[in-house]
Amino acid sequence: MTNTIKVSVWRGAEEGEFAQYEVPRQPSQTVLDVITYIQRHIDPTLSYRFACRVGVCGSCAMTVNGKPRWTCRTHVDKVALDGTLQVAPLRNLEVVKDLACDMTTFFDKMNRAEGKFHPTKSRDDDFDFVLPDDAKRKQASAGIECIGCGVCYAACDIVEWNKDYLGPAALNRAWTLVNDVRDGGNDERLAAVSGDAGCHACHSQQGCVEHCPKHISPTRAIAGLKRATVKAAIKGMLGGDD
Amino acid sequence: MSNARLETRIWALQRATAAVLAFCVFVHLGMIIYAVQDGLSAAEIISRISGNLAWLAFYAVFIVAVALHAPIGIRVILNEMTNLSRKQTHLIMAALCLIILVMGFRAIIGLYTAGAGA
Repeated sequence: MTNTIKVSVWRGAEEGEFAQYEVPRQPSQTVLDVITYIQRHIDPTLSYRFACRVGVCGSCAMTVNGKPRWTCRTHVDKVALDGTLQVAPLRNLEVVKDLACDMTTFFDKMNRAEGKFHPTKSRDDDFDFVLPDDAKRKQASAGIECIGCGVCYAACDIVEWNKDYLGPAALNRAWTLVNDVRDGGNDERLAAVSGDAGCHACHSQQGCVEHCPKHISPTRAIAGLKRATVKAAIKGMLGGDD
Repeated sequence: MSNARLETRIWALQRATAAVLAFCVFVHLGMIIYAVQDGLSAAEIISRISGNLAWLAFYAVFIVAVALHAPIGIRVILNEMTNLSRKQTHLIMAALCLIILVMGFRAIIGLYTAGAGA
């Protein structure tokens, strides 16, 4: 281990350039530690986003040596194999400044995909019994740990090609709700996730699966949505005027 | 998204024709491997297909599947890779479908009727 590491960090917004820094190496140092060191000791004008520092909040996602990652859970010695680091903002999102992205579109798409709970009961009704080994519960459980960090969204080529595409996280969220027996919003939801900006645009390249820090498979969720929407279309649902 | 049902049906049609194509391409490649064993000649192809209703039916299904499957895929690529409007790519899809149908049926009907009266 050399005593310092060479780091190039994106400075600017959509237009900008990589600035070079030299940061002292520490044992068990994360990429977020490196960025924090630059901001505290070299250039206080560097903007970046983080909160929990332990892989719970998902706000420190950046592009590290070309791949979207949580910087707090990325050890420098795992990625800086040649002793250099390149840190850029997440792809497919508008850059606010330096390493901080505007996540508005990402979260708007969660809403557009009807990624919200549609209640069907009141407080006077009895609970639904959802057994842990129920098939639908298992489908929901597979995707429910998503914390909305945007890594899958940055990894997705379809998002880059088709700006309207809802993206892996929103579609994964929709699929967890399709499998929620308590939810009553599936007619709207399946219509919302259909079409060339929805699940049918996915080419199953699995960039999202490859990079998801929670090891979720949005591709599997999207495949489920494809099946569910085709069934709905055959039944004449989805509210289209074709 | 008012086009949800139409887009879903187009997608399902491409999936369904993919399944048909998997079978057709398998038979077609098998036939090519079998047919080239003794060299390939126009006379041999015509002798096999001409007047044979089963081959006519097989290739008719093949052509229809290709005519539906390929233009749908081309439309997706054009939507992703070009600035053409949805209406334009839709029209290109329809035109390609028609071209493949005309060329395909022209070829297979030609082979089916070739040699008739010879």
